[in-house]
Amino acid sequence: METAELTQEELFQQRIDADQRIEPKDWMPDAYRKTLIRQISQHAHSEIVGMLPEGNWITRAPSLKRKSILLAKVQDEAGHGLYLYSAAETLGASRDQMLADLHAGKAKYSSIFNYPTLSWADIGCVGWLVDGAAILNQVPLCRTSFGPYARAMVRVCKEESFHQRQGFEIMQTLCEGAPEQKAMAQEALNRWWWPTLMMFGPKDDESPNTARSMQWRIKRFTNDELRQKFVDMMVPQAEFLGLTVPDLALQWNETKQGYDFGEVNWEEFWQVVNGNGLCNHDRLQARVDAWEEGAWVREAALAHAEKRRQRQEPIHKSGPTRKAELPQD
Amino acid sequence: MQATLNAAVAPAYSPEVRQLLFDYVLQLADTSLLLGHRLSEWCGHGPILEQDLALANIALDLLGETRSLYQYAAELEGRRRTEDDLAFLRVATDYRNPLLVEQPNGDFAHTVVRQFLFDNFHYHFLQQLQTSPNEHLAAIAEKSVKEAAYHLKWSAEWIIRLGDGTEESRQRIDKAISKLWRYAGELTTPTPTEKALQDLGLIPNYTALQPTLDAYVAQVFAEATLPVPQQIAVQLGGKQGRHSEHLGYILAELQYMQRTYPGMQW
Repeated sequence: METAELTQEELFQQRIDADQRIEPKDWMPDAYRKTLIRQISQHAHSEIVGMLPEGNWITRAPSLKRKSILLAKVQDEAGHGLYLYSAAETLGASRDQMLADLHAGKAKYSSIFNYPTLSWADIGCVGWLVDGAAILNQVPLCRTSFGPYARAMVRVCKEESFHQRQGFEIMQTLCEGAPEQKAMAQEALNRWWWPTLMMFGPKDDESPNTARSMQWRIKRFTNDELRQKFVDMMVPQAEFLGLTVPDLALQWNETKQGYDFGEVNWEEFWQVVNGNGLCNHDRLQARVDAWEEGAWVREAALAHAEKRRQRQEPIHKSGPTRKAELPQD
Repeated sequence: MQATLNAAVAPAYSPEVRQLLFDYVLQLADTSLLLGHRLSEWCGHGPILEQDLALANIALDLLGETRSLYQYAAELEGRRRTEDDLAFLRVATDYRNPLLVEQPNGDFAHTVVRQFLFDNFHYHFLQQLQTSPNEHLAAIAEKSVKEAAYHLKWSAEWIIRLGDGTEESRQRIDKAISKLWRYAGELTTPTPTEKALQDLGLIPNYTALQPTLDAYVAQVFAEATLPVPQQIAVQLGGKQGRHSEHLGYILAELQYMQRTYPGMQW
């Protein structure tokens, strides 16, 4: 192989094709770096914004056990946000800049979180369907070409599959419970089914980033492939629960060994992506408020650390010294 | 299994002492339930992601302690009520938490001050409770004291940062201290139930605990460059069911599902 004559870009693609991991200090095309920063920060933002619809039910969870599980779950999402922001930081993005982009509406997060959680069964659906869809999107990312992202995803996926089981268990308990509980489960499924199908993104022929992301092995399956997998996986689970999937066109196709299903309402999809879903405004505003109302806290922590530095005192004389508890500067 | 545990506990105490213990364990459980509830309201809204995690973490610890306590209370009572019956199906005046823990989160400074006042008591109290001749309480204390040590470090550290931070943080923490200090005294003012259990040697004596609490406050406040408040009239009542107006709203939310769908499994 005449490697001497290959461009950096060709060498890079060669490593990708050989399934080698790209690490932060390696050379990479600018567009690869930008695509990853966009994707990882979007993923991190989704974790953080995703805390809101589920957080909405912590104080109303129906039992102490469910409350503990839900709180631990939402806390996990915050943890996922942390390691994803850290993975993006290895590419030279700063957390403050990523957050500023989110707050300014420039960076996206998963549209699914722009739907409201209206009943306890929604918490079941978010775990069962939304986390189920997220896992399908994310498991291939454990083998994605950028090392820090792939490693973060291994940890995220482990926790997500635990969350999904919890969500399914909430649904199962409801479906085996009183008629009101079963009705609550069905009503929630009716609302969440189509939005979760939208989580896989636009149809392949309308997905601008897919081809290149596949070439760089950032992505390993197309949107439509994953959507099909999801339907094939979830329909039997819904049947097991005794719930009806709200799609009249749904039918087993013997030839393709998969389900045929109806058309997603793409008009709704683009409306929500473009900021016009029921909760878009409130979700983003909640994040902006938390950030702005927390500014004085972050400033105080920095000012105090600076005073200590000037007095040549250890940063935390009387408190814990874990880095995780310090604000990022 | 449940029956064996009951049998093991039952003969140890007279009905009067069992009643005292039941009332008291409920008080402890209500306390961590309510504070955990308040802290969980922060979830997703913290000033920085790391603190969102820390607040949720403390809330989870308190919720874990709550469950152990309600389970033990249910056992003491022996009327087949569950932890959820006790947590969700009582009226406001039956809750026995001190007023401090039902106070609203306010800004981060209010949350930190409320937490520090509680943690200082909770940690030092649990240290003593570990040696209670009541094995149940001693075991719960042994588990929770490790968590409480972390909580106290967290809240003390933030008292220091906010006190010795910026002008704004200083103003905010001053305001929070002047609002919340009046509720601190209830933690160490024994109710007749607590007094009786202290006389029986089953729970720690608060008078003996007070110098330790004061010394730690003095140490942390000195580092925070904050004066220790003096001579503030103490507000009492929560531990005997006389609550502030805040509790009713918390319960409306907390109990919503159990009240709307009675008798179901979740």
